[in-house]
Amino acid sequence: MQNRTKSRLLPYLIVSPYLLHLVLFVLFPVGFSIVLTFHKWNIIAPMEFVGMDNFSRLIQDRLFWKAILNTLKFLLIHIPLQVLIALGLAYVLNEKLFMRGFFRASFFLPVVVSGVVVTILWQQLLGVETGLLNRMLTDLGFARVGWLTNPKIAMISIAIMATWKNVGLYVILFLVGLQAVPQSYYEAAKVEGASSWQQFRYITLPAINPTLFMVAILSTIGGFSLFIEPYIMTDGGPLNSTLSAMLYIYKQAFGYYHMGYSATLGLFFAVLIMLVVAVQKYTIEADE
Amino acid sequence: MKLTRILLYCVLVIAALAFIYPFYWMLLASFTPEANITKLGILPHGFTLDNYVALFDKIPIWRSFFNSSLVALTATAGVLTFGSMTGYALSKLHFRGREALFYIIIFTMTLPFQITLIPNYILMVEFGWVDTLAALIVPALNGAFAILLFRQAFKAIPDDLIYAARVDGCGELRIIFQVLWPNILPTLITVGILTFMNSWNDVLWPLIVIREEDLMTMPQLVTLFAVGGRAEAQLGVKLAAAFLLALPIIIAYAIFQKHFIQSMASSGLKG
Repeated sequence: MQNRTKSRLLPYLIVSPYLLHLVLFVLFPVGFSIVLTFHKWNIIAPMEFVGMDNFSRLIQDRLFWKAILNTLKFLLIHIPLQVLIALGLAYVLNEKLFMRGFFRASFFLPVVVSGVVVTILWQQLLGVETGLLNRMLTDLGFARVGWLTNPKIAMISIAIMATWKNVGLYVILFLVGLQAVPQSYYEAAKVEGASSWQQFRYITLPAINPTLFMVAILSTIGGFSLFIEPYIMTDGGPLNSTLSAMLYIYKQAFGYYHMGYSATLGLFFAVLIMLVVAVQKYTIEADE
Repeated sequence: MKLTRILLYCVLVIAALAFIYPFYWMLLASFTPEANITKLGILPHGFTLDNYVALFDKIPIWRSFFNSSLVALTATAGVLTFGSMTGYALSKLHFRGREALFYIIIFTMTLPFQITLIPNYILMVEFGWVDTLAALIVPALNGAFAILLFRQAFKAIPDDLIYAARVDGCGELRIIFQVLWPNILPTLITVGILTFMNSWNDVLWPLIVIREEDLMTMPQLVTLFAVGGRAEAQLGVKLAAAFLLALPIIIAYAIFQKHFIQSMASSGLKG
């Protein structure tokens, strides 16, 4: 009898380390973040109930909306760039070429290193006066570009850098998708006299459609977390043009210790991310 | 046909250069005297160890290397152990709430971390874990994605193997770690690499919960060194710090290149 209870309890015992984690670090924080949104709190003084104040403050917080727009601008540049370059490189790599493994490995190198490394490195490459990129431009007779100092350009520069950092991963994902297309399809198309573009349009593209949307969703989720790049490079400047939503939430929480307000921002931002991803997923399913 | 092949190679070589050359430049610059870095292109421009000497002098970089290694290794050990326990229970044991737990795990994966970040910081404050390595290690001991990978891997193993082990008197933990683990090596490698890499490269959470320099992780220390005034706007020292931060992962990548690529590709498939 005792043995039986023991074996009944055993599964719960085995999952207990995860259950503890789930309750402490996931479920409780989700609940607590909702509580926090109705309070004003700097951790030291007692929590103060403020009703909907945090929400009305959020609606009027122009800097937060600017940060959201900045993040969306980043995504609008970053995602198409990433998809196009990754698809192009994967298409080339799909040919049976000499040293294919080497090329694949080199594209993947920035993916494995920390974003901190990439950001410090690019900060030097993008320097106005003596950065490598501007030196190359002036050598070729072009004018210097304020990669990180021009408010119109700074976010574009960061989006290009983020693409350089992540694109290798998406090359691999596209490659997996491309290799799943049976070679016989292309042979049949050639017999029928289809051009390379027609082969791409009517065979390759439909076959990698699922990968395409997966890449879009993954880079959306990743892009919404944009933080360390502007934190190191620009601190959100110039003129708040690279202030990402995550960086703004971080500053509200750990610069000013506005715990209630920053939790409200975090909750709102998380809901926004889930909505965008849900819309993307819905579009895929409608498309299939 | 031949012309297109040459064109393809040109594309690949230019792309490869675009990815490798900046790293080469960073390595070269970290050994170049400060005055020459702004002129540095492809060829070396003098040689010095000053940047590294200054770096070791200014920040406890070895200490941070030790912290990062300790945190990443413990987190990886935890995720492998607890992840396979939970994955095993979800795939091979029958208990009430099993399905519910599975869907909760799926649900937690769709939750953006922005929602739990600030409450988790407050939790660390309440536990008194701010400025202890516990804040970096304990919340990282479990991972939802790892559980799903383990569940998937265990599902593919026939139940007979487990029944046979039970008849032989094996307890459930021995079944997981001694009987089943040798059968799921690829999953162990994938989870191991992903967890280690994520932990090693994470910088937001350490920035939030660690303020004391001796407890900082390597990416955190290098970040604060680069944005703070202590690098005194010296490019060489910053680049030396960045290079040292990249080195352990680059070495690991050079050795386990195929595993890295496969693991990361499978992590992409979770979407």
